[in-house]
Amino acid sequence: MAPAAERKDFAATAKLKDVMGKYYAELMRGRQEGRKTAWCTSVGPAELLRALGFGVYFPENHGAMLGATRMATDLIPLANARGFSPDICSYLTSDVGSYLKGESPFQKMKLPGPPRADVLVFNTNQCRDVKDWFQFYAREWNVPCLGIHTPRAIGEVTESIVEAVSRQTEALVRPLEEAAGAKLDPQRLREAVDLSRRCTVLWKAALDTAAGVPSPITFFDGTIQMGPAVVLRGHPDAVAYYEVLLAELRDRAAGGTAAVEGERFRIYWEGMPIWGKLRDLSAQFMALRTCVVASTYCNSWVFEDLDPSDPFRSMARAYSSLFICRSEDCKEQYLATMMARFKADGILYHDAKTCPNNSNNRYQLPQRLRERTGKPFLVVNGDLNDLRLYSEEQARTGIEAFVEQMSQG
Amino acid sequence: MRYFCGVDIGASAAKLVIIDEAGRPAATALRRSGVDYAETAARCLQEALAAAGIAKQQVRACVSTGYGRDNVPWADARRTEIACHGRGAWFHFRKKMTVIDIGAQDSKIIHLDDQGRRTGFKMNRKCAAGTGAFLEEIALRLDLPVSALNGLAERSTREVALGSFCTVFTATEILARIRAGEKVQDIVKGAFRSVVKRILEMDTVDGALVMTGGVVAHNPLLVALAGEAFAARVLVPPDPQHAGAFGAALEALEIALSK
Repeated sequence: MAPAAERKDFAATAKLKDVMGKYYAELMRGRQEGRKTAWCTSVGPAELLRALGFGVYFPENHGAMLGATRMATDLIPLANARGFSPDICSYLTSDVGSYLKGESPFQKMKLPGPPRADVLVFNTNQCRDVKDWFQFYAREWNVPCLGIHTPRAIGEVTESIVEAVSRQTEALVRPLEEAAGAKLDPQRLREAVDLSRRCTVLWKAALDTAAGVPSPITFFDGTIQMGPAVVLRGHPDAVAYYEVLLAELRDRAAGGTAAVEGERFRIYWEGMPIWGKLRDLSAQFMALRTCVVASTYCNSWVFEDLDPSDPFRSMARAYSSLFICRSEDCKEQYLATMMARFKADGILYHDAKTCPNNSNNRYQLPQRLRERTGKPFLVVNGDLNDLRLYSEEQARTGIEAFVEQMSQG
Repeated sequence: MRYFCGVDIGASAAKLVIIDEAGRPAATALRRSGVDYAETAARCLQEALAAAGIAKQQVRACVSTGYGRDNVPWADARRTEIACHGRGAWFHFRKKMTVIDIGAQDSKIIHLDDQGRRTGFKMNRKCAAGTGAFLEEIALRLDLPVSALNGLAERSTREVALGSFCTVFTATEILARIRAGEKVQDIVKGAFRSVVKRILEMDTVDGALVMTGGVVAHNPLLVALAGEAFAARVLVPPDPQHAGAFGAALEALEIALSK
């Protein structure tokens, strides 16, 4: 095999570090500056919280950091020992372990650690575990835990679903106003929704550059670049950042710059990242001249239904239209569309042991999609954060054999 | 005369095959993989060369496979064991087939179409159930050499059902069976059946059913039980333990011919 090409960094990444650093620093200073902190699930009603003036903290982002730094491996057992099963969400167990031990990747950034919540706000559109996770801290700190219960396995996102979720979101306003000590300004909400929508448009355009051949960006790049789309939704810094990133990606695309030099094959990644192995996996795919061009995961922070003229209903529609809370038929259609759009030669499913809601190989979807598209699939067993559930050698061999199979022509 | 070499460094055993230009095996070697894969591969090569009376320079190309495939510095190329077991099986049975390779550490199901092209594959999940490691654990619990298992199981008159997915729990289950007075040969046959069940639930079979690997080579009863379970006649290539190394040698031959 030819020597592996080097991963190509983005010039924008320096700005990314500044943007994320500023966000974390402001969040940590919140209490000193008299600002309340709301914890929000990654696809929770962030715009509403921003409009109320909260500093908005996303613990799933912290979960990913615990995974990527591999601190999770030492922290998960602490939560397991206190009654959180090793079979439940390993973001939850990593984060609770981090809290129990008082250790966090934030400390390496010279920051104190996750900010204490004044209120916790979830949306079960992802899973039930986010609610259980937030309720743990609500009990610890004796603060309110509020949320939206979105239906799951949704086929068509009907008006009745939008209505129900919208009403639940509106019902949060009064208790959140109490927690914030401020009244909701409808204009600020519209502005936040508008900023989220603009962020979405830019982030989607950035991801869509991967439809070009060769692709200027990989899934592995995407997992880093998505930071502002997750934590700064509804904030102008995210919009400003993605304008810069998109310009760079378009330059790359125009110049024919490949993220994976000598791109031979293109793969779609379905499921969670394996955070503690991203570097190794990226290197392996690079060596195999195979670009993981796109993923459901990175595209999950694209909310095209957001509409500042109708904030509550459009938020309800956007956050109920997520891939993760949709029916098998919708998921199949989505994946077929995405594979065609990104010209994928095959699809890799990550079966994350502790994340059943984001493991889409368990109900015959791979077989149905192969039948429909004629494209091969590979299942890699692992986990988002718990590396005790990952077999390095089997994953490595499976990926290599998958690329061999595609090489048959 | 030109020769071609395939070396399969598995989790437990290292296998090497030298073939001639017609794909006929000229020599084989088999050793424990040990901890120094490069050294083991070199020793296998020396043994095979000596046995066949071949000079090293007559070996024109070598392909490595198996878990230790990256640790054979003199290999011209490497391939996964999935490619090589498929290739080895295809050489003998040129038809649409499903190859089941039961190795020491993992099991693989490989689908080939009627042109020998791979259409899919599946490996066991991160668990040793349904692999040689499971039988090794059972042998250890029963204080038996692994080589004695097949003979014992063939003498079984009454099978003991072992229900657990997990190797460790199955070992515990076996202790309970011993306490209940079950015969060792019946327990061993139950263990063989357990391996087959784990394979059966991995994937479906289409086309001919072919089995390869060290576990298959040493346990013909397990092959018979697999045939029963899949309701199919099982084809076993000559020297199934070396099927991966043989497939690697065929890959080496192809590389040499394409130059």
